[in-house]
Amino acid sequence: MELLEVRGITKKYAKFTLRDISFSLPAGYIMGYVGRNGAGKTTTLSAITRLIRPDSGTVTIDGLRFEDDPIAYRDSIGYIGDSSYFPRRMTLRDIRTVLKDFYPSFDAAAFDALAEKWELPDKAQIQTYSRGMKVKLMFAAALCRETKILILDEATTGLDPRVRREILKLLQDYIADGKHSVLFSTHIMEDLQDIADYIFFIERGEKVFCEPKDDILESYLLVKGGPEELTPELERLLIGVEKHDYGFQALYPTDSALALPPALSAEKPTIDQIVVHILEGRE
Amino acid sequence: MKIIIRSQSELPIYAQIAEQIREQILTGTIPEGAVLPSIRALAREIGVSVITTTRAYGDLEKEGFIAAVQGTGTVVLSRDNELLREQYLKRVEDSLMDAISTARTAGLDKKELFDVLEALWASEEEV
Repeated sequence: MELLEVRGITKKYAKFTLRDISFSLPAGYIMGYVGRNGAGKTTTLSAITRLIRPDSGTVTIDGLRFEDDPIAYRDSIGYIGDSSYFPRRMTLRDIRTVLKDFYPSFDAAAFDALAEKWELPDKAQIQTYSRGMKVKLMFAAALCRETKILILDEATTGLDPRVRREILKLLQDYIADGKHSVLFSTHIMEDLQDIADYIFFIERGEKVFCEPKDDILESYLLVKGGPEELTPELERLLIGVEKHDYGFQALYPTDSALALPPALSAEKPTIDQIVVHILEGRE
Repeated sequence: MKIIIRSQSELPIYAQIAEQIREQILTGTIPEGAVLPSIRALAREIGVSVITTTRAYGDLEKEGFIAAVQGTGTVVLSRDNELLREQYLKRVEDSLMDAISTARTAGLDKKELFDVLEALWASEEEV
């Protein structure tokens, strides 16, 4: 069953257009929304969370459109951004009170347990929190009420590796029952690569591809070789060839008819490497 | 059950998982009738995507090592089943091919190789 359905979302700005974005995410899976800064990641996520209203297109979460029931629609989303959305002078206690008033499903005991586990000071103002603490607070707020989907906009960027690992586990716990999904945007895949089921790749406001991560990883090899090995025949077939004085590096599509010359070194690429070479090939 | 994912491995992650479970079933480390962790529990435990573990289990199912049993979970099948027998046979063939090529290199003839096999078989039976 598709938990999130995005159909033909378009949003025009003076200098940027998000064009005809469509994808769906089944319940119980994680999707990484990948692209460069300014490619349209935040615009897409904002159209889903309804921070902005798209010019055209529809979004449904578990079959519900924003227009059907705005409150229920918003409540079904847990949003975690790259900066804290809490008033800076509030304390953890203040936030707890607000959340309790705001969301009928808010579980105060679960919130307290997470705050204690993560050692979030309850009397200090949020502005004194470190970035890691602010992100944890946003996670605590999102996880301690009933939601259907978590939407993360660059939420893990700039966090230390240990906190990122913790968040990774949290996301896997969240989807473990097969009823919840996660959509996260990032410009570097790195450690979220492991847990993502699907990758959506956006560039200049348009979809490049949206596929299961394992399929994408198997579609390419990262090949390297000396300058003389790069024959014109081979170069035509390779994607995003990067040349330097002593050799080259490029993506080789594994389904290609031309066999890979044995002199080349070939290895499994990461999602980041695939993205970089595809972008390079489009320049 | 033990699973180690190597990022440097040539094999994709789903194939690494399938290979290690297959190996442990073939050596008896995971006994027949054992219930494997669910696809989602395994994904969470080893920090890989659900699609990855789904694919690993899918391959093992096709090869006849495991089967999804309603209400129980994923179960390791009996070694008597046809598909698994084929897997074993293939392993035996591969090992024998190795033995044959080594024998040829060493200049052993067919009779001598048979004698070695007979002797080894007999000594195994005594144990």
